[in-house]
Amino acid sequence: MHKLLEDAPGKKALYLGNEAIARGALEAGVACATTYPGTPSSEISLALFEVSKETDLYFEYSTNEKVALEVAAAAANAGIRSLCIMKHVGVNVAADVLMTLAYVGVKAGLVIMTADDPFMFSSQNEQDNRYYGKMAGLVILEPSTPQEAKEMVGMGIELSEKLGEPVILRTTTRVNHSTAAVTLGGIPTRATEGSFTKNPFQYVTIPAVSRKLHTRLLARLTEAEKLSDESPSNFIVGSGPWGIVVNGVSFNYVRDALSELGIGDRVSVFRMGFSNPAPKKRIAEFLAGREKILVCEEGEPFMEEMVKAVAQENGVVIPIKGKAAGLFSREGEFDPALVRGVAARFFGVKDLPAARIDLSDLPEIPARPPNLCAGCPHRATFYEVKAAAGGRTLINPTDIGCYTLGVLPPLSSADFLICMGSSLGTAAGFSRFTKDKTVAFIGDSTFFHSGLPGLVNAVFNNHNFTLVILDNGTTAMTGHQPHPGVDMAEMGFSGYNRISIEEAVRGLGVKTVVVTDPYKVKKSVESIREALDAPGVSVVISRQICPLYARAVKRPRRKPFAVTDKCRNHRDCVDKLGCPAMSVVNGRVSINREQCTGCAVCAQVCPENAILPVKD
Amino acid sequence: MKPVRLIIVAVGGQGNLLAARVLGEAALSENVPVRMSEIHGMAQRGGVVESAMIFGDAESPIISDGSADVLLGFEPAETLRALNRANPETVVVTNTATLPPFTAAIGRGVYPEMEKILSLLRAKTGRVIAFDALALAREAKNPLALNMVLLGALVRTGRIPVTPEAVRRAIASETKKAFVDSNIAAFELGFEKAA
Repeated sequence: MHKLLEDAPGKKALYLGNEAIARGALEAGVACATTYPGTPSSEISLALFEVSKETDLYFEYSTNEKVALEVAAAAANAGIRSLCIMKHVGVNVAADVLMTLAYVGVKAGLVIMTADDPFMFSSQNEQDNRYYGKMAGLVILEPSTPQEAKEMVGMGIELSEKLGEPVILRTTTRVNHSTAAVTLGGIPTRATEGSFTKNPFQYVTIPAVSRKLHTRLLARLTEAEKLSDESPSNFIVGSGPWGIVVNGVSFNYVRDALSELGIGDRVSVFRMGFSNPAPKKRIAEFLAGREKILVCEEGEPFMEEMVKAVAQENGVVIPIKGKAAGLFSREGEFDPALVRGVAARFFGVKDLPAARIDLSDLPEIPARPPNLCAGCPHRATFYEVKAAAGGRTLINPTDIGCYTLGVLPPLSSADFLICMGSSLGTAAGFSRFTKDKTVAFIGDSTFFHSGLPGLVNAVFNNHNFTLVILDNGTTAMTGHQPHPGVDMAEMGFSGYNRISIEEAVRGLGVKTVVVTDPYKVKKSVESIREALDAPGVSVVISRQICPLYARAVKRPRRKPFAVTDKCRNHRDCVDKLGCPAMSVVNGRVSINREQCTGCAVCAQVCPENAILPVKD
Repeated sequence: MKPVRLIIVAVGGQGNLLAARVLGEAALSENVPVRMSEIHGMAQRGGVVESAMIFGDAESPIISDGSADVLLGFEPAETLRALNRANPETVVVTNTATLPPFTAAIGRGVYPEMEKILSLLRAKTGRVIAFDALALAREAKNPLALNMVLLGALVRTGRIPVTPEAVRRAIASETKKAFVDSNIAAFELGFEKAA
């Protein structure tokens, strides 16, 4: 039985924040969960994917976040409690659905889980998704701990049903990826049979309908404001004359700071867990009798602007500060000492002495950047594209996945990246307006996510570039989730279809399509050259399984390779591939036998044929 | 209970997340409040994995620079790199078996001398326990039990508010059945080494 299905109400168990959220969905009777994977939200989906194998929970890895939210929106309007999970930038993809789904509303509860990533541990920006709640007119819940994250799924489902609107559960990395003891609740049976009552004048958003729906949404928002004022997620700790308004994980930092500074009796803390719409009455009450207010929130001054607006409406003229020079930044994430320092400065008390070590005489430690794995087929593909170009300058728009690491030398095969799927649209722009050959890279999962429309566009508008689809048979970056091109039987699942990238590309009208095995260097270079020389849009499908995934699904292993005495120390292998299984020991190249996956790409690159399989 | 803050640094694949999990379960079993967090965005791709564990009465799940009471390093250069997390009182437990980053392997940067690493650690922190944990893991006939060896040494410092018995029980319940015996053996070797 899956850990998350443990039937032990009242038991305390160590849960990762993301596991707690998945458990919360099960405890809330969620019967439909949809997602596109993205860090820091991925473990929620992974847990529910596994649970769906053992239960009647419906789970799907949708092709992208927009589709995921559409599936969940319909499920909720058929009376099925639903959860839709994505990382913060995933909401950008789903935003078109979100904005109008707020008009249409839901019948059964729908929680949209968005995981923000301050400091961008694994993201391309650090946007603050609370503004989505404000823009769409939806309730936002923000937990401070894994326990609360679990509870807020159920709370979100209830609020969603009460208001007839989806509810946004907004976390940050430090809630998703922290672990703490969580008290389990019971798991009810799920309602899995839905029904839909037709009512086009409520559900079909033609202008005449939408005008009425907008009026209804605003009325619901007024109702939600009352709920925000009454919500137990908005609470006050302490009764001192100084005030702190805080949300999310920062609440923990504030509590530690106040006890370490010894000013708990002088400060009252307003913890906002129901942050949209603003609990205006509660804020006004909090402001009364306070001397000054510090607003502590990562990201944008969302609560700060709200508190200042309430102060203005109530004629309160005390200092209210948050994002300012010398106080909090809009960049990165907070930590306990940072929050303590700002609180000490703002309230004019002495901070604890810093117990830092002098690090000025530390030697330079060689960096340990993430790197494509030993035997990663992407490395071979990047090498082969360069070889096929034969010294021509290439512009390489790239996309989101492991292969983004191709940006690092010696591969240096990434020139431009914005978001999921952007390789195609930007390739069109670059190829239209520059003389250099454009070769775009996209992974298989990203191709299905948002590459397809860009390819359709390129064919229709007769753009001129080569697209290389790096088909490693899985969504590798986020932990080997399936995508529509994956063989689900190999993962132990049945009842799925499999979509051929090659057929899809040909079906869209691409004339030059070559399929290569990047582990066969010479042949791949020839095929890629053919694609580079073809006019219009050409596609290379570079197909070889991710070695980590191959190991996970127990594919047979290949023999490792070793450098023999024939080596003349050209070092093409090291200098052109940069495989982490290779190192230079005492001036000679050596291959780590444990790390080598036997891909044989270095052996083909070696001008002396000096790299050979290990003999047992 | 006064909080005790532990930072664990390792290279992806060295098993520090499992070590943290075992320690967390041990703490929970003895009703010691515990909070943990981890950053492992691209761990599988050879990057650094860092776990923070806070035992006792504190709310924050992360540890600020200079605030680690104990620093456990699975790889010596990574221990040195994490010194910004330590302070002059910090107890450091580190493996001395190296895993040079590929940047050093291909000549972009030089891996520091072991003696230099250890003398810097000793000069700047409260106490340093350094030994070849990989050798002990091999002695326990399970090179992957490097994490359990280090866990043994860590518990022996007496700075972590969990008993060795609770950790042994957690190893038995949290690690794969086939490896429990060798994991316990590895734990004991580390525990003895740090005596």
